[in-house]
Amino acid sequence: MSAAFRLPTGGHVDRGTELRFTFNGRSMTGYRGDTLASALLANGEHRIGTSVKFGRPRGIVAAGSEDPTSLVQIEQPFPEPMLTATTVELYDGLVAHGLPGRGRLADEPDPARYDAKHAHCDVLVVGTGPAGLMAALTAARGGARVVVVDEQSRAGGALLGTREYLDERPWTEWVDDTVAELRGTPGVLLLERTTAFGVYQDGFVLALQRRTDHLGFDAPAHAARQRVWRIRAAQTVLATGAHERPVVFADNDRPGIMLAGSARTYLHRYGVLPGTRAVVFATDDSAYAAALDLANAGMEVAAVVDARPTAPRLLRARCCAHGIDVRAGHVVTGTEGGDRVSAVHVAPAAGSDGSADAIGTAGAADTIDCDTLLVGGGWNPVVHLFSQAGGTLRYDSRLGAHVPGQAPATVRVAGSATGAHDLSACLRQGWEAGCEAALATGSRPDEVALPASEPRAGEQPGLVLWRVPGEAPRDAPDTRFVDLQRDATVSDVLRATGAGLSSLEHVKRYTTIGTAHDQGKTSGTITAGIVAEALGVELSDQRPTTFRPPYTPVPFAALAGRDRGELHDPARVTAVHAWHVARGALFEDVGQWKRPWYFPLPGEDMDTAVLRECRAAREGVALMDGSTLGKIDVQGRDAGRFLDMLYTNKMSGLRVGRIRYGLMCGVDGMVIDDGTVIRLAEDRFLVTTTTGNAAMVLDWMEEWLQTEWPHLDVYAASVTEHWATFPLVGPRSRDVLAALAPGLDVGNDAFEFMAWRDTVLDVGPGVTARVCRISFSGELAYEINVTAWHGPAVWEALMAAGEAYGITPYGTETMHVLRAEKGYPIIGQETDATVTPQDLGMAWAVSKKKADFLGKRSFDRAENNRPDRKQLVGLLPLDRDVRLPEGAQVVDTDDLPEPPVRMLGHVTSSYRSAALDRTFALAVVRSGRERVGEILHVPVGDGLVPVTVTESVLYDKEGARRDG
Amino acid sequence: MTDPVSPAPPPGAHLPDHPGFLWEDPEPRPAYDVVVVGGGGHGLATAYYLAKVHGITNVAVLEKGWLAGGNMARNTTIIRSNYLWDESSGIYEHSLKLWEGLEEDLGYPILFDQRGVLNLAHSLQDVRDSVRRVNANRLNGVDAEWLDPRGVKEVCPIVNTAPDVRYPVLGATYQPRAGIAKHDYVAWGYARAAHAMGVDLIQNCEVTGIETVGDRVTAVRTTRGRIAAGRVALCAAGHSSVLAEMVGLRLPLTSHPLQALVSELLEPVHPTVVMSNAVHVYVSQAHKGELVMGAGIDSYNGYGQRGSFHIIERQMSAALELFPIFARAHLLRTWAGIVDVSPDASPIVGLTPVEGLYLNCGWGTGGFKATPGVGDCFAHTIAHDKPHRFNEPFTLERFTTGALVDEHGAAAVAH
Amino acid sequence: MQLIPCPWCGPREEAEFHYGGQAHVAYPEDPGALTDQEWARFVFFRDNPCGPFAERWSHSAGCRRWFNAVRDTRTYELLSVYRVGEPRPDASERDEVVS
Repeated sequence: MSAAFRLPTGGHVDRGTELRFTFNGRSMTGYRGDTLASALLANGEHRIGTSVKFGRPRGIVAAGSEDPTSLVQIEQPFPEPMLTATTVELYDGLVAHGLPGRGRLADEPDPARYDAKHAHCDVLVVGTGPAGLMAALTAARGGARVVVVDEQSRAGGALLGTREYLDERPWTEWVDDTVAELRGTPGVLLLERTTAFGVYQDGFVLALQRRTDHLGFDAPAHAARQRVWRIRAAQTVLATGAHERPVVFADNDRPGIMLAGSARTYLHRYGVLPGTRAVVFATDDSAYAAALDLANAGMEVAAVVDARPTAPRLLRARCCAHGIDVRAGHVVTGTEGGDRVSAVHVAPAAGSDGSADAIGTAGAADTIDCDTLLVGGGWNPVVHLFSQAGGTLRYDSRLGAHVPGQAPATVRVAGSATGAHDLSACLRQGWEAGCEAALATGSRPDEVALPASEPRAGEQPGLVLWRVPGEAPRDAPDTRFVDLQRDATVSDVLRATGAGLSSLEHVKRYTTIGTAHDQGKTSGTITAGIVAEALGVELSDQRPTTFRPPYTPVPFAALAGRDRGELHDPARVTAVHAWHVARGALFEDVGQWKRPWYFPLPGEDMDTAVLRECRAAREGVALMDGSTLGKIDVQGRDAGRFLDMLYTNKMSGLRVGRIRYGLMCGVDGMVIDDGTVIRLAEDRFLVTTTTGNAAMVLDWMEEWLQTEWPHLDVYAASVTEHWATFPLVGPRSRDVLAALAPGLDVGNDAFEFMAWRDTVLDVGPGVTARVCRISFSGELAYEINVTAWHGPAVWEALMAAGEAYGITPYGTETMHVLRAEKGYPIIGQETDATVTPQDLGMAWAVSKKKADFLGKRSFDRAENNRPDRKQLVGLLPLDRDVRLPEGAQVVDTDDLPEPPVRMLGHVTSSYRSAALDRTFALAVVRSGRERVGEILHVPVGDGLVPVTVTESVLYDKEGARRDG
Repeated sequence: MTDPVSPAPPPGAHLPDHPGFLWEDPEPRPAYDVVVVGGGGHGLATAYYLAKVHGITNVAVLEKGWLAGGNMARNTTIIRSNYLWDESSGIYEHSLKLWEGLEEDLGYPILFDQRGVLNLAHSLQDVRDSVRRVNANRLNGVDAEWLDPRGVKEVCPIVNTAPDVRYPVLGATYQPRAGIAKHDYVAWGYARAAHAMGVDLIQNCEVTGIETVGDRVTAVRTTRGRIAAGRVALCAAGHSSVLAEMVGLRLPLTSHPLQALVSELLEPVHPTVVMSNAVHVYVSQAHKGELVMGAGIDSYNGYGQRGSFHIIERQMSAALELFPIFARAHLLRTWAGIVDVSPDASPIVGLTPVEGLYLNCGWGTGGFKATPGVGDCFAHTIAHDKPHRFNEPFTLERFTTGALVDEHGAAAVAH
Repeated sequence: MQLIPCPWCGPREEAEFHYGGQAHVAYPEDPGALTDQEWARFVFFRDNPCGPFAERWSHSAGCRRWFNAVRDTRTYELLSVYRVGEPRPDASERDEVVS
């Protein structure tokens, strides 16, 4: 069944495709090509919801994204808050309801996909109205690479609200031909349903494409619902059109009150009449077109109320021919009605010189019954993107609007976005802009014929009228709404100026005008006008509020795009990851890496597993996957000299075949990383970094090499992922290694501590390993490095070779315990960018011989030499079963006073030790090394745990175990 | 026909009205005892406490644009005091205590809402650092708790605490007394009260020079003429370096864009404030219902009050990892302020080598929450020519001695 | 997002670059000879002008080279880029620096 207000013919809707939808609980139908708004109007539904503050009924004011009132909540197919009915394309099964200015988020995850795409072009054209299409056609024919975007589902722009003829054909034919030509031109990309929402630096324009929304339930799940286009354009043509401005008067918010031009859009684009009997409130000629078009379509138009002292002669005559009463010199002073306007009050305007200042109301108001009031308050060029691009704005007092002023070099504006209203002028501007843009990018635009259009110079200039003068009612709330969505009235604006505010930004914040969903598209200029009136200043002297991106609202998910879930940040895994997973490892995130944390056996908790792993490392043999360690190959004649500057200790003296532990400081003297340095050759080192800092250390090297010491012959490259690295730890590690590396003399003298050897492994053909005899556990240990490709095979071979000795895989937690027992710090755990090598008790790693290295000078600062610096020590709870929480603070009192309490430091690491058969901790404590032997306290919960301060090395102080 | 939605206006729609009068727009007088440069939150608060606590009312606040139109108008209004170091928790907790009485003090509804703040931990080291901070906070008298993922969920049910996300939430620190306030209302409250005590609030008045005689400051030159000043106090956030340079003073600061954004009004879903250092997001739901989010700072120096959009996109993906239900919320508006970042992510507040010139800068992303505290301490510093005990550690000299207050872990944004 | 003209690769998206702060801050020849104050100036104090600023960038997701640029910190416009070791172009611009 056809809806009551749908005309039998006309409009760009597909009458063959009827769509069912439900709004506010009522089932209705519309057509493919409708928006929710047009379909509602076709069904006679004007009331959408209620207003945010006063709960007043609100309807549909406009036909596009500038609409301030038609806020809806989509419920089906998936909840989405706060869309305007004017921007929701109708689809079958849509369920929605009106909103009181506030939306509801779905409480289930959004199943839709979103993505982003880059586009590069010579010329970007925003808008496919007459100006935009001319610009695009001109640039495209000239051979420029062109991207054209338009937020509507159909090209035509403002023509969609008209029955214009171009080249003596309906405009649709010219537009469709042009679109077809553009689509057929190589190098041209035309995107409909795509809103350019932000202009940034260097021709960067972001646009949101709604790809499947209009398909509703039929949207294919695999296709991205919305796509952010990241367009880099050498030249940009903004043909963004104009928004009609309302006029403010009492009760101007009732459903059924609509912008005149928007009513034409509903008529011509959708074949919908806004009601049965209309009054048109005009301040310019363009509003007459609405009256005439609607009358032609069979709607009763009771009157045109023209605020100007005289009506345009020809238009008046045409109205008279339709029996429309034209009341020049009159204004609408108020309306009646409930959920729909039912009558308007019309009164003579005082003043005759046509200026807004002089207009007042004189004489008694007349009441005209109607169910539709169309308002035409003039047009605001859409300058949002232009302003974001860095263009300056100029106030045009004739138009009562800000128009583009000085444009940035790569930006042009065409069409009604410049303030032009005449179709032929818009076409010409489009052509000019297209030519210039194409020329600027080296293309050679051909002559493009401008389509002929009906000459239609306006008969009479418009009147700039922000509001119909009059006082607010004394006993009732003001109903002269400036910002309909924020329920902000003329009185609110005047209250703000009365409070002493003169900046528009202040008034905006005081009244909240312009901060709602529509970002003040229709209310901004009016507010400025009313403020200027109130303050007695020129509007041109007011700085307009900033047009901030986005131009229209953009879903968060569209911006997040595909960077969600596992694509949010890549997870890096080692070559042996699958083995760890199969073995039931739990993982720890370290930077982007997934590191095995511990390997629980069935039924084991973490403590048990870690104690077992530790015991294996101290008593038998254990194997770890240390492949995540950063590895940097440093080569070149000056590599040694370079590393001398980067590390606190001396690396240039390291012999080939040997390994040295190194500490790295920032220029501020604070420890930033540590690792081993292996000398592979006179001019080649392999340095390792902590897992999390690998990229930082390589960047650090490059920065110094390139910017400070470019004369040094040094090259650094990351080889982290080339190698699989397996620390093989424990008294039986030598046996396991010997079994696997028959050609390697593993004797303590032949392969001494801090040496490395290359060897062939008995794993398969061509499997060689670099074995480093280093230890981060204090035990006899070998770090076996093989190419990542051979990692899994070598790992399994090691496990097999060690089976007889009960070889045990272990994770980062056990590694942490083992090193802590030896007092070895973890960078980032014992240190926090305020810790020096001396604080760590590692002055031994700080060269006294080197003239300089990064950070050295900072060691001499006053603060570095305070005796009460925090120093790394061990803490032994008196109760050997109590494990201190990591991050607990240390105090020197056994009776906590009221805060603030003096803190001496904090617990950095804390474990249960199999080897010590007790708990222990590492901590940084003020004057810690002087306090060895003292009893301090650690507040835990409501109590204090007494602890003994010890040296940081708690296990095998003599270092006897490292030789096995 | 009935609307399926509740006809009652949603909560927050009836926010308290502003007073009918705020401040006058006077012509600058030729001389003042104290000229405060910068009419943002810190400048206005400083003027207020100068007048109220120290009886110094011959004060002008000079603002180059509109009052509180800089970072005060652009921040995400998070208030908390759960900083790591004693020095920081001292001044921020002083500030928080003043916030707790500010509405009454100013006689202005600032919508201070102690809804708590969660600082999420996503790695084992995050957990250690967080627990350390909680313990330090408690011993410093700052309310703080460590919550496991279940506790996080109780405070903020919409946070995704599933263990299988890329960076799972391993827990959070929680400061119940933390919260948000309405930034404009705070600024206007201070402005109105300062004005009422005789302070001149002078807008559209840009300082173009600072005059000295010998080592002493004597006047400022402005776009509205020369103004003699017994003392000059700089409270210009992102523009501090430029002002200090006028007297040849070099500061260890760099100015960067910091972006923020807001959604449309939404039914209440987010009862607290959530910050995540690791994924660079902080988000709350303002009184009317909009989601307010901050991003990481843009890396480059910039005075343009705008940043790069890829920062926003990254922030959105991080936000949706934490809050999947935000997927179809809409970005309504983005903006940027200019933050002055110091090497240790702590402010510089105190005297300068120029007599009568006082410095308050380097707050980075954390200035809003400090507004009452630093206003009070800075006023004290100006009035007594001596730092208040709470801003004593925040000297310029610390960069020479090395006595930094390194708060990179506690500042919400990795500088 | 800016387009930054890497002197080796040509214009590339800002997201490929890493910022390195003020350019032409040389590591002191003999840090040991500096006073604490002089050393602090090197470590912590950088120019922060509102206007043209000579600064360092690294094309970290591209050629990984460091280079220098003069950029206006008000407009973010890159006025020039030049390779490490090359002198800052158009030294007269320095006079325009606001600070």
